[in-house]
Amino acid sequence: MAVHPADHIRVQTEAFDIGAEHARIAALGHATGAIASFTGLMRSTNEGDPVRAMTLEHYPGMTESALVEIVTDARERWALQAVTVVHRVGRLTPGDAIVLVLTASAHRGEAFAACEFIMDFLKTRAPFWKKEDTPAGSRWVEARDSDDEAAARWRANGDAGAADHGPAPAVPDSAGGVAAGQAPARPSGSGGQR
Amino acid sequence: MPTILYFARLRETFGVEREHAALPAPASVAGLLDALRARGDTWAAELAPGRAFRVAVNQRIAGADTPLADADEVAIFPPVTGG
Repeated sequence: MAVHPADHIRVQTEAFDIGAEHARIAALGHATGAIASFTGLMRSTNEGDPVRAMTLEHYPGMTESALVEIVTDARERWALQAVTVVHRVGRLTPGDAIVLVLTASAHRGEAFAACEFIMDFLKTRAPFWKKEDTPAGSRWVEARDSDDEAAARWRANGDAGAADHGPAPAVPDSAGGVAAGQAPARPSGSGGQR
Repeated sequence: MPTILYFARLRETFGVEREHAALPAPASVAGLLDALRARGDTWAAELAPGRAFRVAVNQRIAGADTPLADADEVAIFPPVTGG
């Protein structure tokens, strides 16, 4: 599966520069009207315990192809001009940025939706694993059901159409027509409802 | 002889990062898992039906009936926790 020429998908141990990544996308062309960004940070607590550090392991090769597949799926749903996904591996400490997703589109609705979609599937499909260093010793982070539910909402929406699910359809920018004829719904509500 | 890779908690629990496993017949993911469970102990416990783990064949998520060939790369790992 090929990476779109405007996209950057990387797995790296080094920190990333959010401003530089943003500026690179913004400089690609003036058809872009919106860049949505998500940055995941390492928390200092998890499950009620202090966490001093974290080590991220991944499956080299499969990780990259899983990320490319997720971004390709997003590009089939929304008209995106550029997508950046950067995920760190190795040892991180509280406050460190773990993951960055940038999505550029003509209008905000598609950029927001695609950014959330990419994160929801990254959490459930990309082969990364976190191991936490706590005062009681180190432990592997367990997968959360709420992450599976978050990803499943997109499937439900895509299959059944916007009208059947929840009050929050994609909001096209009033400044112009939405390029993708069938901009899909945003997931309905927050996690937990089926 | 497919290569089998283990990741994260399962790599630590089994104490194996990579191995070349002789294949049972029929050569499928289900057959391979049966052979691994037959090692007993932590293998039987961690790979028991109903336990949460994933299998990838040639770096794509696979099911129990996914066929295996000699040159395949199989990976067994816990549910993912990135992001």
